[in-house]
Amino acid sequence: MEYLLAFLVGGSICAVGQLLMDLTPLTPAHVLVLFVSLGAVLSGLGIYEKLVQIGGAGATIPLTGFGHSIVSGIFEEIDAKGAVGILSGVFKNTSMGIAAAVFFGFVMALLFNPKE
Amino acid sequence: MSAQDPNLDKKLYYWRVQQKKPKPPVLRNTLLAFIVGGLICVLGQAVMAFFQSLGMTAKEAAGPTASVMVFLGAFFTGLGWYDELGKFAGAGSVIPITGFANSIVSPAIDFKREGFVLGLGARMFSVAGPVLVYGTVTAVVVGIVYWITKL
Repeated sequence: MEYLLAFLVGGSICAVGQLLMDLTPLTPAHVLVLFVSLGAVLSGLGIYEKLVQIGGAGATIPLTGFGHSIVSGIFEEIDAKGAVGILSGVFKNTSMGIAAAVFFGFVMALLFNPKE
Repeated sequence: MSAQDPNLDKKLYYWRVQQKKPKPPVLRNTLLAFIVGGLICVLGQAVMAFFQSLGMTAKEAAGPTASVMVFLGAFFTGLGWYDELGKFAGAGSVIPITGFANSIVSPAIDFKREGFVLGLGARMFSVAGPVLVYGTVTAVVVGIVYWITKL
């Protein structure tokens, strides 16, 4: 059941992204930026956490989930330390993903060459 | 066209472009994005279930799951398979975090010949950079609002 929900929620988020790419002049880069910001706002409103509880990885794997991870880290830090948390929480829950992206991105770019 | 209304030419041009531009097969694209994006999330769910089976909570498993998905996205981009998937999956391959990894590796490989610092190093973030910038800025503003409402 949780796999079906992950499929439905994740698929729906991607379908919305595709509609934006097809029906508006937005490029994939614009859609990614829009989605990460949208995820942050929905997280702040308490909506995205509910979506995570329903969809699991279907909500955390799309880039909207990345915005949610940043905000959830900030909120946790604010609750624990006050105003300092506004900045100290940014990479609290996202550090692993970002570090992996930089490290694996670099290694793969080193190992592989452009396709002709 | 009369010279009185310079916007008229622009409007006419825009209208003609809209007429000639090939219409994307919206329904087909959306369905493919839904299926491929959904399947990538199912894979993510399976990876998360694996980490949970090691005794992690769902929250603790999120970071390792993101890292594995980023690794897979980066690796399959290197092999050239991820861009093949992108040709028909569109947003289904762009929106998941594997697509974020793809957006890092793809330009890094292409611009490697321009050097390791200004080519590979700089171009890695041509798309991922804006994502981090706007994600961080939006989240910090949301954080400030949350902090103020808590005072």
